[in-house]
Amino acid sequence: MTKTRTAVAAAALMLAAVPALAEWAPNRPVEFVVASGAGGGSDNFARTIQSALTRNDLFSAPIVVLNKGGGSGAEAFLYARQNAGDANKLIFGTNNVYLLPHVAKLAYSAEDLQPVAALALDEFLIWVKADAPYETALDLVEAAKAAPGTIPFGGSQSKDTDETLVALIEQTTGADFKYVPFNGGGEVAVQLAGGHVAANVNNPNENLGQWQAGAVRPLCVFSPQRMAESEPVSGDMGWHDIPTCKEQGLEIESYQMPRTIWLPAGTDPEVLAYYQDALRKVAETPEWQDYLAKTSQTGAVLVGEELASFIETNETGTVKVFEAEGWTAN
Amino acid sequence: MGNFDLLMHGFAIAITPMHLMLMVGGVLMGLVVGVLPGLGAPNGVSLLIPLTFALDPTSAIILLSSMYWGALFGGSTTSILFNIPGEPSSVATTFDGYPMARSGQSTRALTLAFMSAGIGALIGVVVITLLAGWASKFAMRFGAPEYFAVYFLAFAAFIGMGSAAPMKTLVSLTTGLLLASVGMDTVTGEIRLTFGLNELLSGISFLVVVIGLFGIGELLSTVQEGLRFRGVASKIDLRDVLKTMAELPRYWATTIRSGLVGIWMGITPGGPTAASFMSYGIARQASRKGEPFGTGRPEGIVAPETADHSAGSCAMLPMLALGVPSSATAAVMMGGLMIWGLTPGPMLFATKPDFVWGLIASMYVSNLIGVILVLATVPMFAALLRIPFTIIGPMIVVICFVGGYTVSNSSFDLWLVLVFGLVGYLFTKLNYPLAPLVLAMVLGHKAENAFHQSMILSDGSLAIFFSNTLVASIMAIGIALLVLPKTLQLGSRLRRRVPVE
Repeated sequence: MTKTRTAVAAAALMLAAVPALAEWAPNRPVEFVVASGAGGGSDNFARTIQSALTRNDLFSAPIVVLNKGGGSGAEAFLYARQNAGDANKLIFGTNNVYLLPHVAKLAYSAEDLQPVAALALDEFLIWVKADAPYETALDLVEAAKAAPGTIPFGGSQSKDTDETLVALIEQTTGADFKYVPFNGGGEVAVQLAGGHVAANVNNPNENLGQWQAGAVRPLCVFSPQRMAESEPVSGDMGWHDIPTCKEQGLEIESYQMPRTIWLPAGTDPEVLAYYQDALRKVAETPEWQDYLAKTSQTGAVLVGEELASFIETNETGTVKVFEAEGWTAN
Repeated sequence: MGNFDLLMHGFAIAITPMHLMLMVGGVLMGLVVGVLPGLGAPNGVSLLIPLTFALDPTSAIILLSSMYWGALFGGSTTSILFNIPGEPSSVATTFDGYPMARSGQSTRALTLAFMSAGIGALIGVVVITLLAGWASKFAMRFGAPEYFAVYFLAFAAFIGMGSAAPMKTLVSLTTGLLLASVGMDTVTGEIRLTFGLNELLSGISFLVVVIGLFGIGELLSTVQEGLRFRGVASKIDLRDVLKTMAELPRYWATTIRSGLVGIWMGITPGGPTAASFMSYGIARQASRKGEPFGTGRPEGIVAPETADHSAGSCAMLPMLALGVPSSATAAVMMGGLMIWGLTPGPMLFATKPDFVWGLIASMYVSNLIGVILVLATVPMFAALLRIPFTIIGPMIVVICFVGGYTVSNSSFDLWLVLVFGLVGYLFTKLNYPLAPLVLAMVLGHKAENAFHQSMILSDGSLAIFFSNTLVASIMAIGIALLVLPKTLQLGSRLRRRVPVE
């Protein structure tokens, strides 16, 4: 009886506390800590959100963007660990937050950060030079099987999303590519257009310019369905006309990179609620919709349970690839 | 002449009262940012990006690029006056700029720097105007081996005829290479030489090292020599400015050579810093006899400044046309471009002519504004040297540390500034050259990456560096620059049995 009463009382208290939950608001300038250098993918992500928040008056406090892209973004995540419990710092990254500690010995773990939301999924495509002989993903795979270890496959960074995907293609098909890491997607795009590598797995936005110019062309996209309808991009071909890799017989259902936002661990629940609320509103602004369309990313507002299960699936799947390649650091 | 019409159209867009105001404002802000070491153009431009949300893309890029030009101008000021490079690309300007200022000719040094900077920028913009299409195709031919060849050439040009003892140059160079390899390696993804220190994860910032080596190091030497600047405060006269301008045509060969080096390094991502070093090195090798470089030779100022600015302007081209920024500032601007909803790439020139040509036209105008503004400030800056050391000395210490902190907001960097200050002092006292160290820090990691990528592509065969005419000829020039001067020296020494120099 007493137990029930306490429970009811607690429930009532919690209900009463709900309106109060939303009342936390930043009282100092909020730092947007970006896990990439200026001009990188995460940087554009963070600055678009900054612009959407400022232009639509969704945020009372001033925003300062800090780039901490050292060590493939580890610098930003270490910063979160050093500032545990600080409610005025948001960290912007991808899945590197929870994947990096698997491949490098670093002084932070994913538990040092609290996931707030994922707002977009960036797609991966296989791209080849416009005049390459390959028509489908399997053509490229067959060519690599015929001459193992000779076809150069460009990507950005080492043991990051690009190399993981190439490794996944190799593990799925038994092909063997020669992976060459460069500094960033833009550089890889030009290396492909100039014919210095045979293929890359760039995000849509990274290769868009070269595709428009007809220097490179996509073979397939690693997503469960085709991408959204769009205006024709190159010739009469738009994003929706690109087949999925599964359609072409490459058995990789989906490979997407979430654009994520994190808080240092140890903040109060109302802080989390405040930012989730603000970010949900961001997802509805025209600036955000414009960003998604321009960069051909898929909008996906993931918070709470949904986000947690996405992270888990993504992490276990990727770690399996790491283990097969022998990249795990521990 | 399609480009000419487009340029005229661009002028119509660029020259409006609003845009002129943005240019003046941008250049002025850039000057301030450039003068303060550490707070370089990339930081300044990224601080401004939120302000551009309210502008249309053309106005926004005009504001940002004007700030960049301002910062490039401002960066040379402190190099010349206090031996503290305000920008990484103005390190090479300290070699002759500072000695010239110290000998009482600060007005001359500043005017030379600003004028050749303006000329360099102009050369760069003209090239962009005329060769927009061709240049981006040329840049496309650069793969990993070609990049390595370019970096190799930069090293070779600079080191080939160093006047310091070869062993000392080697020590300085390898120290720089070692420092450049700290942090996470792009190609292998391994963390190197951090000794478990989290602060070293992102590597040792080149700017922090430079502020320590030059700023604090020089200050320590000054203190040892009796607490005052060795500079004789010169009479400050606007006529000196005009006299120096009349002197400029004499250095036409250096100017053209440096302009070309700048254009090349701007279009192929070597960047302004590499350009200024390379052009200084080449000027030293090519110039006729006279007082040695490093003692205040005018060519030693003209060469790096011209190359720096023509590279800075040309760097806009690969950014717009290929989406590859060849300087840190261009990278930040590219981020801005994406936020404004523009996709850099070959099609940008066709789809957004207003934006592209408005920007190019604005580069003519804002560089002109820049030159006028900085020349007007020459007497003011030169007067800084008249302030007694007891006042300006502590201020320099503060500026150095604030600058060191601003680079990445890390208090660990303050220790680095101090440590490298001591290193700089010792190097100077023991006659170890600082320049190879700085050059190795700027290019070391890039060169290493390009080398490693080439080795992956070729399965470990060095033949890849001679696999096509482009890469082979760059390598050949590099090797020639490295070997020839010494061989010639040796040859003439054997013949005449008298030491040269």
